[in-house]
Amino acid sequence: MNELGSLALITLYPVTLFGAAASFLGGRNRRKGLVAAGERSLVVSFLLLTLSVLSLVALFLRDGFSNAYVANHSNIDLPIFYKVTALWAGQEGSLLFWNWLLSLYGIAVLWSNRNRNRDLMPYVTAILLISAFFFTNMNLLAANPFRPLVMDHAGTPIPYAPPDGRGLNPLLQHPAMVVHPPVLYLGFVGFVVPFAFALAALWTRAPGVGWLLATRRWTLFAWLFLSGGILLGARWAYVELGWGGYWAWDPVENASLMPWLTGTALLHSVIIQEKRGMLKVWNAVLVVTTYLLCVFGTFLTRSGIVSSVHAFAQSPVGHYFVAFLALGVAFSFGLIWVRRDYLRSDATLDSILSRESSFFFNNLIFLVACFAVLWGTLFPVLSEAVRGEQISVGPPYFNRINVPIGLFLLFLTGFAPLLAWRRTSWPNLRRSFAWPAALMLAAGIVLFLLAVRARYALICFSLSVFVATTIVMEFHRGGRVRRRQLGESWPRALANLFLRNPRRYGGYVVHFGVVLLFVGFAGSSFNRSRAEELSPGGEMAIGGYTLRVEKLEEGETPNYDFARARVALERGGRPVGVYHPERRFYFASEQPSTEVEIHSTVREDIYLVYASTGEKGGAVIQVYRNPLVLWVWVGGLVFVLGGLICLVPTRREGSPAPKTSESEGGAP
Amino acid sequence: MKLMRGRFLIGTGVVLAAVLWLAFTGFDEGKAYYRTVEELREEGAANAGKRLKVGGSVEAGSIVWKEDGLHFRLTQNEAALPVRYLGESPVPDTFKDGSQAVVEGTVGSDGTLEAVKIQAKCASKYEAEYGDESSGAGDSRS
Repeated sequence: MNELGSLALITLYPVTLFGAAASFLGGRNRRKGLVAAGERSLVVSFLLLTLSVLSLVALFLRDGFSNAYVANHSNIDLPIFYKVTALWAGQEGSLLFWNWLLSLYGIAVLWSNRNRNRDLMPYVTAILLISAFFFTNMNLLAANPFRPLVMDHAGTPIPYAPPDGRGLNPLLQHPAMVVHPPVLYLGFVGFVVPFAFALAALWTRAPGVGWLLATRRWTLFAWLFLSGGILLGARWAYVELGWGGYWAWDPVENASLMPWLTGTALLHSVIIQEKRGMLKVWNAVLVVTTYLLCVFGTFLTRSGIVSSVHAFAQSPVGHYFVAFLALGVAFSFGLIWVRRDYLRSDATLDSILSRESSFFFNNLIFLVACFAVLWGTLFPVLSEAVRGEQISVGPPYFNRINVPIGLFLLFLTGFAPLLAWRRTSWPNLRRSFAWPAALMLAAGIVLFLLAVRARYALICFSLSVFVATTIVMEFHRGGRVRRRQLGESWPRALANLFLRNPRRYGGYVVHFGVVLLFVGFAGSSFNRSRAEELSPGGEMAIGGYTLRVEKLEEGETPNYDFARARVALERGGRPVGVYHPERRFYFASEQPSTEVEIHSTVREDIYLVYASTGEKGGAVIQVYRNPLVLWVWVGGLVFVLGGLICLVPTRREGSPAPKTSESEGGAP
Repeated sequence: MKLMRGRFLIGTGVVLAAVLWLAFTGFDEGKAYYRTVEELREEGAANAGKRLKVGGSVEAGSIVWKEDGLHFRLTQNEAALPVRYLGESPVPDTFKDGSQAVVEGTVGSDGTLEAVKIQAKCASKYEAEYGDESSGAGDSRS
């Protein structure tokens, strides 16, 4: 299996290189045979990568501990489910999986474009194959998942197969952590499609917005998975890591946030290019930046460059990533520069109070946020390079910048749809602005009187009311028009709004999800926590709740031993539940793991952690009261639902729909 | 048209200036200097009051829970640094005897590092044989 997997990877070398060259030459010289050969190479790459992935999975299932990667990430007693998913538990396997997803996207693109975009496809194929070549290269030279385990025996390396593997990191033995990487990677890798199409269009000077339309749904698809991946990661951090929060501005989290920020900017600004033929350079830059940030994010996550600069120096993966990124940046931006005449705008901004201009500011803010996050994440590396001293910036830096930015974006979410294209007149604006603004003020005053004094939280809740109102008004307005013109009933009118223009109204649903997310975020201004050592019978109070330790238990399973507290939780004297926070120690990985228990309500979460066994033999129980966290997860679901609605193909009716919402590109 | 461009430039300028201001203030509040245990000993009092991130390995058997917090020693070769952890969060799962830890806090007058944050990475049993393995996203988080 080791040999088979390696062989498949090595064969990819000539296949990807040949395919890229054939596609490129076939496209340039209009030679159908070469183009077909290039496309077949992409199919063959997919088959080879599938073979290699299956080999690795087979090694996991057969406990092939002579393979270093398997020995490192599995053990005999590991449940089968986790043995399969251990494929993406570490660097080598993740990169192989990345590459496989890339080729999967590749054949999906080939298939859906078999009869269209034929002028672009050779170049798209070439770019996909070059990307695959890069990851194959890294898998072979720097992060080979098929490396046999060797032990240094008095200077001579000898093959070695331990009786049992080191086990999968217990933190990763959680359903959310199993789903999180593939979902996130589907997002990361998916941005290669718009990237490839954009470069192909620039190279060939393809007329019009064809490439944008062809990739619009791919972009949306990738973006939706990226969003879902980030949310799942947050959820995992919350229920598994046991520090009571879901976001810590960790480099790994920032790595996924950065392409999300530019990707979100892109989703908004392509609308401008479709409708007005503006912001072309900007969009090209965003497409390129987003994909390169995805690669960069994988690099950050996988090379450990930020958590330790020294690990970077030792990890050869870093050099390959840097080389690929440098080439990518040089080539893409070089091409954009050379083709700047092709990207000339068809129109200019007419007024600062227009839909276009609100999109412009939306983009500016997203990009600034991305840059701020990038700067903060890389600061330890930059300061080391410049001053020879590693300085890190913590969460205060990120919060200080991103909280106001987030609030401003929230404001735009509600404000922008009120603006007309080209120019908005003041009376018009006043009319549509009156209700949302009045409700926002009312909400602000009521909350202030209810003693909500945290500045940002107060602003956030008020803005949430503002945005929610504008969204409701949009649906109301759209529905009323349909009722009046077509005599439809309210439910039918609303359903038809979605069906006729899924992207617009799905977008509003996403915005509503964002509102709920922000309500959840703002709740964190009121977090409380305390810790105490409690013996059986001991009590502790937090925010109106009382928790009493009823019993302390200890025990053992084949995989781990545990200490557990039985905690009764009461609110205002009434029992609300019994919880069992636990602390485990996994044998194979020699790692402890906390299993938190969460009492979750629409108002707040009570989050219980068995922190440690105390000096007096009691349990040190750490308890957090986190208001409104539930809304983060509800908001996340609404957000994803809205995204799915955006992907629904448009249904056409008798009356001609706007041109832009009809021609759907290659659907994933 | 000129007027329009001017307005956009002003808008952009305001946004950038505001963010820069936030960045500088947030930066001062959040910055921490990386030091190893040995560097800390060599530099002595120069680091007093600075927010530091210190990396080292947790001395086996030094972890003790007391009324005023969690005490342990961080070591690097011959040098050792006493640490008292007062943070809000429970210590990470990976924190134990012998694990690689990065603690964040300030050094008090008695030379003890008053830590508010601990990040830890466990030293694994096969690592010596085939090199470092940065496995999974969760490893380095607190």
